[in-house]
Amino acid sequence: MSGQKINHILHQKLNIPICFSETTLQKVHKIIAHYPEGKQKSALIPLLHIAQEELGGYLSVDVMDYIADLLKIQPIEVYEVATFYSQYYLDKVGKYVIEVCRTGPCAICGGEDIQDYLEEKLHIKDGETTADGLFTLKTVECLGACGYAPVMQINTEFYEHLTPAKIDIILEDLRLNATNDKHSDKTWAEKYS
Amino acid sequence: MGRKILLENSDIPNIKSFDVFRAHGGYFSVEKALKTMAPDEIIEEVKKSGLRGRGGAGFPTGLKWTFLDRKSNKPRYLVCNGDESEPGTFKDRYLMEKLPHLLIEGMICSSFALGVNTAYIYIRGEFKYLLGILNQAINEAYKNGFLGKNILGTNFSLDMYVHPGAGAYICGEETALLESLEGKRGNPRIKPPFPAVVGLYDCPTVVNNVETLANVGYIVNFGGDAYASIGLGKSTGTKLISACGNINNPGVYEIELGMSVEDFIYKEEFCGGIKDKLELKAVVPGGSSVPIVPKELILFTASGEKRLMTYESLAEGGFESGTMLGSGGFIVYDENACIVRNTWNFSRFYHHESCGQCSPCREGTGWMEKILWRIEHGHGNMKDIDLLVSIADKIEGNTICPLGDAAAWPVASAIRHFREDFIFHVQYPEIVKNIKHGALYKYENQD
Repeated sequence: MSGQKINHILHQKLNIPICFSETTLQKVHKIIAHYPEGKQKSALIPLLHIAQEELGGYLSVDVMDYIADLLKIQPIEVYEVATFYSQYYLDKVGKYVIEVCRTGPCAICGGEDIQDYLEEKLHIKDGETTADGLFTLKTVECLGACGYAPVMQINTEFYEHLTPAKIDIILEDLRLNATNDKHSDKTWAEKYS
Repeated sequence: MGRKILLENSDIPNIKSFDVFRAHGGYFSVEKALKTMAPDEIIEEVKKSGLRGRGGAGFPTGLKWTFLDRKSNKPRYLVCNGDESEPGTFKDRYLMEKLPHLLIEGMICSSFALGVNTAYIYIRGEFKYLLGILNQAINEAYKNGFLGKNILGTNFSLDMYVHPGAGAYICGEETALLESLEGKRGNPRIKPPFPAVVGLYDCPTVVNNVETLANVGYIVNFGGDAYASIGLGKSTGTKLISACGNINNPGVYEIELGMSVEDFIYKEEFCGGIKDKLELKAVVPGGSSVPIVPKELILFTASGEKRLMTYESLAEGGFESGTMLGSGGFIVYDENACIVRNTWNFSRFYHHESCGQCSPCREGTGWMEKILWRIEHGHGNMKDIDLLVSIADKIEGNTICPLGDAAAWPVASAIRHFREDFIFHVQYPEIVKNIKHGALYKYENQD
């Protein structure tokens, strides 16, 4: 039995579904059809976004193998892409990933102070997750929103013109909403409707 | 002066929707192009317009189009580069968010001119919210017969798709973008062959920036000469400038090329002057990759003439005293900004974003980051300054793609124009160590 199969069985035993829902699968096939026949590998990047969002919050080896299966490509082709792009997480992250821009234009407008404030408030450092599993803090390079500095993204949603007071409100809001699973923004798959 | 081409209608409520856009003259160029023009005529008009690539390189768009291999039997592709990741640049996202149909319109005309039947819009992954906006606009265009089979009853067909990236500055480089679009790591390809011959899926491909393509509709509607009559000299048309940093009115402005830099910085309808009534110290006018220049060299050229917002004027004096228009990412620094810290910050950025293929870039950006870190944090010595210049010199021109140059220029120019700042950091390590986030003024003001 191949390692891949054992992993799939393990996941079944642990009751973690390692496949997309029917609705998502329909979207996935639609996305694959955006590219010429035989070039289905092109759909890898959008599919990994969807997989990360819908299959556990990060790209485990099993999730990546599943995507490789789906696209009929070698697992290594998925690993090398997943490790190259900064938006993919290879380890478990919090429910909300706070990504603070640290590049020049944000930095000269107080971006570094924002990072300090978040670290102090959440009692975690860059790259860490809060004990309750709610927030992961991560510094990122330029988010392309320099005119609205300082800027951060939480689960790819932009938060601009940040101040400590504004951050207090944003975090409180997320804490209150954490119990209901409502997404404030559409998911990756939904963006393709 | 002050004419607008792209953002003319951007304030009309709901201009994002097909119906409103169409009611304001949208998609007229597609009708004109498909029904009354031959593809070569459009290319000719674009050539005449003098339109230059708005992504940063400023290469003439019409000329780039003529490189497309037309003898090949393979399908041709048009790829719109919406990877906008150059620090200081946020104009394309503004354009796509406000006027998605303007881009689609330009892309249809361009595809018709180039004989393309499949076009992709590549957006950076962080712009997830744009994926929904663009997909909705594309769907509307399909529904109204401007995309799909036999557009407007002609025998021209075009399919258009949006493709997101996943966080990689390097994918803004056109060959890295094509790799990424093929589902691979964003490693730039060795050129030649250029994408015009061997591009997406090894087929002839044109890659153009969002703003570049958005201009094509106007050129089709009014002709290349009309476009060329706007602007100054070889810098024709308008340019979106995204202004940020220590200014009163950060934001995206469409300017007619040729206005003075001074007006752009100080006039109320643009940047509105320096924040908190401070003095201007330096400007990076075209995204983090272009040389930083001090106040006296951004307002005036070395020969004392007024510096203008054109490709030529900003570049006047070469790298000795000039800089570049680049992507139009206009970063303004006030008198309190620490140039050393900013240079370290940019070096860290390039080190982080280097794809790692070429040793000079992979290693050199890391060395520059480390050396700049130690100068910035009070551990530097005098030799470090010239060592930085030497490393920058050895990266520049020695890499597959321009990321190496882009990493070298900010360092070389910062030392060229602000050497005394670096010397201060080396001479007074105890002072430098105690300054939070490089805000030198906080210390000086305490004296």
